[in-house]
Amino acid sequence: MSSITKSPWVIHYDGSSCNGCDIEVLACLTPMYDAERFGIINTGNPKHADIFLVTGGVNEQNKNVVKQIYEQMPEPKVVVAVGICACSGGIFADCYNILGGVDTVIPVDVYVPGCAARPEAIIDGIVQGLGVLAEKKAKMDRGELPCADGCSCSK
Amino acid sequence: MPEEFGAINIISLVAYLVLAPFVGGLLAGLDRKISARMQGRFGPPILQPFYDVSKLRQKEGITVNKVQDFYMGAFFFFIILTGAFFFAGGDLLLVIFTLTTASVFLIVAAYSSNSPYAEVGAERELLSMMAYEPMVLLVIIGFYVACGTFNVSEILAADIPAIVYLPGLFIGYVFILTLKFRKSPFDLSMSHHGHQELVKGLTTEMSGKTLAWLEIAHWYENVFLLGIVYLFVAFADVWSIPVAVVVCLLMYFFETYIDNNYARMKWQIAINSSWIVAVTFGFVNICAIYLLQIFGIIR
Amino acid sequence: MDTMFLGTLSALILFPIVVALILLVVKSDGARGAIVKVSALLIALGSIVLAVLYYMRGGQQFAFEGETISYIMMAIEICLALVIIVLSVKYKKYAAGLLAIIQTPIMVWFELTHGHEIVVGYNLYVDGLSIIMALIIGIIGSIITVYALGYMKDFQHHNPEQKDRRPWFFFIMFVFLAAMFGLVTSNNLVWMYFFWEITSLSSFFLIGYTKTTEATNNSFRALIMNLSGGLAFCLAIVFIGITCETIELSQLLSIGLAGGFGIYLVIPVGLLAFAGITKAAQMPFNSWLLGAMVAPTPVSALLHSSTMVKAGVFLIVKLSPLMGAWLPGAAFGGGVLEVNYAGLMVMFVGGLTFLLASCAAISQSNAKRVLAYSTVANLGLIVLCAALGTPAGVWAAIMLIIFHAIAKSLLFLSVGTTEHRIGSRDIEDMDGLFVRLPKVAIYMIIGICGMFLAPFGMLISKWAGMVSIIEASNPLIIIMFVFGSAVTLFFWSKWLGKLCAVVAGRDDHESIGIPGEEKFVLSLLAFLTVAVCLFFPVLSSSVVVPYLETAFQGADLALIANSNLIIMAILVAVLVLMVAFFFGKTKKRIVPIYLSGENVGDNLTFRNSLKQPQQAQLKNWYMQTYFGEKKMNRIGIISTVFVIGCTFILMAAYTIYVLIMMGGVA
Repeated sequence: MSSITKSPWVIHYDGSSCNGCDIEVLACLTPMYDAERFGIINTGNPKHADIFLVTGGVNEQNKNVVKQIYEQMPEPKVVVAVGICACSGGIFADCYNILGGVDTVIPVDVYVPGCAARPEAIIDGIVQGLGVLAEKKAKMDRGELPCADGCSCSK
Repeated sequence: MPEEFGAINIISLVAYLVLAPFVGGLLAGLDRKISARMQGRFGPPILQPFYDVSKLRQKEGITVNKVQDFYMGAFFFFIILTGAFFFAGGDLLLVIFTLTTASVFLIVAAYSSNSPYAEVGAERELLSMMAYEPMVLLVIIGFYVACGTFNVSEILAADIPAIVYLPGLFIGYVFILTLKFRKSPFDLSMSHHGHQELVKGLTTEMSGKTLAWLEIAHWYENVFLLGIVYLFVAFADVWSIPVAVVVCLLMYFFETYIDNNYARMKWQIAINSSWIVAVTFGFVNICAIYLLQIFGIIR
Repeated sequence: MDTMFLGTLSALILFPIVVALILLVVKSDGARGAIVKVSALLIALGSIVLAVLYYMRGGQQFAFEGETISYIMMAIEICLALVIIVLSVKYKKYAAGLLAIIQTPIMVWFELTHGHEIVVGYNLYVDGLSIIMALIIGIIGSIITVYALGYMKDFQHHNPEQKDRRPWFFFIMFVFLAAMFGLVTSNNLVWMYFFWEITSLSSFFLIGYTKTTEATNNSFRALIMNLSGGLAFCLAIVFIGITCETIELSQLLSIGLAGGFGIYLVIPVGLLAFAGITKAAQMPFNSWLLGAMVAPTPVSALLHSSTMVKAGVFLIVKLSPLMGAWLPGAAFGGGVLEVNYAGLMVMFVGGLTFLLASCAAISQSNAKRVLAYSTVANLGLIVLCAALGTPAGVWAAIMLIIFHAIAKSLLFLSVGTTEHRIGSRDIEDMDGLFVRLPKVAIYMIIGICGMFLAPFGMLISKWAGMVSIIEASNPLIIIMFVFGSAVTLFFWSKWLGKLCAVVAGRDDHESIGIPGEEKFVLSLLAFLTVAVCLFFPVLSSSVVVPYLETAFQGADLALIANSNLIIMAILVAVLVLMVAFFFGKTKKRIVPIYLSGENVGDNLTFRNSLKQPQQAQLKNWYMQTYFGEKKMNRIGIISTVFVIGCTFILMAAYTIYVLIMMGGVA
């Protein structure tokens, strides 16, 4: 297993969540669940992050923010939609301002259901995301994604 | 450099260049583990910092402008040079000035991004530099006053450990180590802890390999900073070496302890307290040695 | 050989005066440009020739036909005094006139009575220090005059309401250079005093060049402060003349070193050092140098780097062997009453000035004022090092003089050019200068690095200064030094950071139209800043060390190891190579900065909580409550006046004692 999966750094963005899932995300960091066991760190900075955790659905106001944070993360990167609202818009799906789940603006790799998603489920989602991360890294090495030197070679 | 640049200097220089990143990384890992245990958590593997750096090296290379990487390269180079001068037994002033140059390069790297978070981080880093610099210089001066030389090898060859003469300076140095390690309560410019009001301060615009280099540079720097603690304790006696190493470790974990017990404080407190410590502990200590020397009580 | 040397020397003093007179009558731009460029080149070459001849010859003192010249000088002095009196009445600044009325008659009386009987063996004296000063004046000074050509043209263009008084401006600039050459090579104190007064008066005219109320007030402040220094100088001459029947500086030094004066040495040395302190703009006299900022930038560059303030530190460095805390010689056993108070006074004034002026620099956003405070601070450090009275201290002082002259002139001139391009001299407006005015910004960056960063010259000199300060075992001075250094680091780095910021969307369109002279001068000075660092070890061993050997007559030199200098020189080379090979060469993808996901796209604007575009504003720290200018000046004035006052009271007591003793003997 490459080290790319041993140090998942996370950025967490709250779309239009009711804060239920956000509290559960933070609960992951508490001694009870201790996400740092797996090297998980909440960086709060897309440029340092490997995994993008989004809670809540996407609306007109924040769709660009979600897009921009996603774009500012260096490859390889994984998006984990946490909670039913992030997956599909949940009970807010029909609201006038809601576009739907996160996958309406950016590609989502792992869907974590729940209202609110349980910390175990969130950690599990991130660990699943690590598999995707490793795949993407392999793609990078094959030249299908930008390589680590930043040049446009296709090694 | 001393005239008697002997085998021992070369060995410690090479050992530093090769081993410092491992030692520094391990210390960082232990720090995280112990912090976790202090908080009632299990914590990451000891080798976690190495995984982090290895991962960062595999990330896509992005940067915000054409020059930041150069400044970071210069920072890395001068940090290693600082430790190299120190472990080769060179002149302490040369060591400190090189360290200052390195820190200025890091600050310029952050400034160059013109990002609000990075720039505020850079300004705060500059402020902490202003806060700790007098104490660092006083420590060097203290070594000179007590041992009559700036030369690291010669200080280590003294008959009495420097800490006997310099207890105040030792306390002062440990105080500013908090600033240098960027630990709470003085992790103004950036922090290794979770979410911050400054995003990641100084390092906000750095990613991938650049960030990996920064981490490794910090490991080198931390080992060097502990080297100064070592210098306080070690002397000509061979048995002082393990004692000094133990003291270094104790001080490192003391910083971890402080880190876990305080929240971040305002910059005013950082600058006021470190200047007050410099004037009280540092200045009084140096005055005391001068007086003792004048009255012929020591040397 | 001798005659050649003397010829070069007198040419260096007289030629600028001739040029000055020609420039006074030449009105056309082209002719002035040609004359200034050619004569600047000749002066620079002249100073180099002087240095080469000095090393081939190795000699030091020169008898010079003095009698008539002394009378001519006296006549000029009287005329200048009259000019000062008239001007002071005209502008209702009576203090200046009063000072002139006091000191000129004393000087004339002395020269006609006592001075007349004293046989002066050597009117001129050239040693390593004079040669270094001559090189600084000859090269940096004349470079600045060339820069002034383009700048003053721009200046008239930017200030059309100003009457074109450029002939007068260049006249004074060249007279200034001549007076400086005279000052650094005079051995006869009366001559030195003459040149001293001319530099005071020249700077008075240059500061008041624009003739605005502010300029006039500031120029009079400068004049009054410098004349008070002149008064001290004149009293020192009278004292030395009467007590030891000589007016030669070299004699004073050797008598002093031999212990001939005993404790009364404090009086002449203290007075001369006081004169040096006023001229070197030490607290409490720093306000004149800050006031001088109203003048056009080349004037500031000239005053700060190669002339005027350097005259002050030159005198103090020259007197350094007499300022050691405990002097050699019979009378000095080391008791508390026999401490050399003159040296202590200068040491404390220098130390306090270094600390407080550095602090005040933090609170300034006007680039020229930052530079001015940093000059004051650096001069404080030079003065402090010199006042230690040890070879290592003087070594540091001389090195500081050299590097400060080069880097500071570079900084002033690049600020001047920037000001004309972007219309501001405020550091906040220099945001991203790196992309807007790339070349000038790089010169400025080199200048700033040269001022405080290892491995550049100033830092190494500071290092040596630090070692000698520690050797002096004075904890108070040590504490001033360490805090001063930390503060210095802060204000330079924050400016450096501002310059280095890569601000997107700002193009290099402001650098169009920089006059050719300015470009040339800036690049030359930037080159010198780096090149001199490379030749640091050579400079030390071939120029400064020989001077120290003679000045301290075989004392133990104990300098910082040459190997450290070589390490630094290598580092400079490495840094230059690193810049050459790696600067700006990244293959990585350039991405926008992080603005919380609300980056509008130009790296400056983000969408605020109302979804409105808003520009991010980034400002530096000025920490007014900590380091406010007024506060620092107040503390500085109170503490330095206290130090100087105490010394003067002691000096007065000694003087009365001397007078009583002389009366008793008679």
